[in-house]
Amino acid sequence: MKHAPSTHPQLRIAVLVKQVPDTANVTGKAMKDDGTVNRAALPAIFNPEDLNALEEALRLRDRHGGRVSVITMGPPAAVQVLRESLYRGADEVVLLTDRRFAGADTLATSYALACAVRRLGDVDLVLCGRQAIDGDTAQVGPQTAEKLGLPQITCVSRIDEVVPARSDAAAPSGPGTAAHDQRGSVTATRSIEGGYETLRAPLPALLTITGEANDPRPPSAKLVLTYKDIAAEAWPDYDDSYLDPQSDAAEVCLIDHDGRPVCRARVVQWDAATIAAEEGITGLRGSPTRVKEIESVVLAQPDARMVEPTEAGIAELVHELIAEHILG
Amino acid sequence: MSAPSTHDRDAPGPGEVWVFVELDGGRPADVSLELLGRARELADRLGTRAGAVAAGAGAADAAAALIACGADTVYVAEHDELTAYRSGPYARLMTGLVRRYEPQIVLYGATTTGRDLAPRVASDLRTGLTADCTDLRIGDHSTRETSYQDLLYQIRPAFGGNIIATIVCPEHRPQMATVREGVMRLPEPDDTRTGQTVSIHVETAAGGEGREDGRASDPATAEPSGGRREATGAAVLLRPEDLEVALLDRHKEEKRVDLKGARIVVAGGVGVGSREGFALIEQLADALGGVVGASRAAVDAGWVDRDHQIGQTGTTVRPKLYIAAGISGSVQHRAGMDESARILAINTDPLAPVFSVAHYGVVGDLHDVIPRMIAAYRVKGAG
Repeated sequence: MKHAPSTHPQLRIAVLVKQVPDTANVTGKAMKDDGTVNRAALPAIFNPEDLNALEEALRLRDRHGGRVSVITMGPPAAVQVLRESLYRGADEVVLLTDRRFAGADTLATSYALACAVRRLGDVDLVLCGRQAIDGDTAQVGPQTAEKLGLPQITCVSRIDEVVPARSDAAAPSGPGTAAHDQRGSVTATRSIEGGYETLRAPLPALLTITGEANDPRPPSAKLVLTYKDIAAEAWPDYDDSYLDPQSDAAEVCLIDHDGRPVCRARVVQWDAATIAAEEGITGLRGSPTRVKEIESVVLAQPDARMVEPTEAGIAELVHELIAEHILG
Repeated sequence: MSAPSTHDRDAPGPGEVWVFVELDGGRPADVSLELLGRARELADRLGTRAGAVAAGAGAADAAAALIACGADTVYVAEHDELTAYRSGPYARLMTGLVRRYEPQIVLYGATTTGRDLAPRVASDLRTGLTADCTDLRIGDHSTRETSYQDLLYQIRPAFGGNIIATIVCPEHRPQMATVREGVMRLPEPDDTRTGQTVSIHVETAAGGEGREDGRASDPATAEPSGGRREATGAAVLLRPEDLEVALLDRHKEEKRVDLKGARIVVAGGVGVGSREGFALIEQLADALGGVVGASRAAVDAGWVDRDHQIGQTGTTVRPKLYIAAGISGSVQHRAGMDESARILAINTDPLAPVFSVAHYGVVGDLHDVIPRMIAAYRVKGAG
């Protein structure tokens, strides 16, 4: 991959990720005696489709230049998904954590995430996984798009093309220059029932990415060594100059495998005040929905009538099903 | 905001139970009709009207079918910008109509369209939304401070199907949910039902009339025509930013497998062992006049096409007879079949979870059991 020339428009991409309990692999250890799942015993993982979103962001950054900023909202332990993002090459990571965010439904979550994206400054693309495996709602992406006033393309299985916005200096002037060219655009294919559709949105835009889109890269051993012990630091008066290699605030310049200078990342921690989130719209108070009842799925007592797998046993069963007009 | 306790049951007004109707080639999608059937029941329970919002190509022509399936009011919106579904103009339409007519409940199919649209609408309206419900009921709810009557219970599996959650939205209106296809019964159309269509005037900023969203004269009822009264309804203005996303291409194949309508489903899982082994599943399905289903594992292994997948990420079925062969029965799979009238499980593992939902269990190798079933059925069928 070639390093993008510095005059080339660069992409700023925000990726929204979530740490989730691994509901897909419920093992015996996580089962309680009554046949229900002990949710606390499930390992915490990087939500799978959020990894696909991160991978798309990293590929776009590698092709066009720019910056990938990963945001997660969660308890302090969620910092682990941010480390995982750094291991794969994210430039910047942000932990959104505050008691005031607790108990948020998808509406309150999207409000906080939208505030955090705004705090980053101008971005060209917001990417997130289509859905998280703990709730499977697929709502936070479109709701965040609406809060940010961005067009959305959901359920994206392929990003076909990104044309970055032109800066004013680089833009050719004169008649025939469409507004779309100025703003840049993203063309993407989304999966629909029994097929697909391809859409083009002007930038900035929000896309939700499915597992079909790519195979996420593994962590880089070098980056694991660099970041494995990194801790979150509160940063109320956040300023992103630490990511500019020319800046005095840049801590150490690493050189990535493309030969691109990279500043050592920090784990930026923001609370509700830092992102100017209004009280009453975040957390449980900002959530219109309430969980009235949770019922663990319990395997019913076995009451199946057991049939011998012999010719006689099967014949009798088939006869019975015909007699009851179930088979006919 | 709360729903009014009394209103005129014969005129469109606040408090209706709405369904957003997806049109597929001008025909209402099955999931929309299923929802309309349930909306009718919910509206009867609440003493209010059921409404359907039909937008896009063929919307006006679909009104009669929607009324036959239970709608009292059909809101029809046709405009070039609404011909095919796109998030921007459809979200603007729905938020405009909800603000104007104030339904208490709005239901959407949990399809790629419904799950793209509903969250955007909910965020704009700042109301609650529950995804992918498998049941809807009306009931009461109390907190320490307040008690609420006649809320929509939005019931859905969560946590990978390991829990069933009942969600309510006590303080905000409308209460909104997306609902999984196939879990509600398709209503029998009743062509003698009467209802009202309300034409929504959709315009774009380029149209120049510049009316505000949802501002309109009150609906005026016109002459009845064929059991259907027609009225002019609200106007909705689509803004330039709603129309920025271009649909470049759309490719959709008809579903080749009709699992939902099948009376008998013969489904195979990991225990089938191979692509060739699936021929046995097909033979049994053919013999019994059934349709082939599959677990996700069998689909992921490439033994059978994804159209056949049953379960949380596949199709939900409730046939008269469901035969699960070589399927262990994960919660995700059971979510798609456990309401079948009868379930027959064939598995070599007597402890397989599938036996816990089965009415008949055969502990044995499906490669032996299935040929015996086919033979027995042929004999009995001939006799």
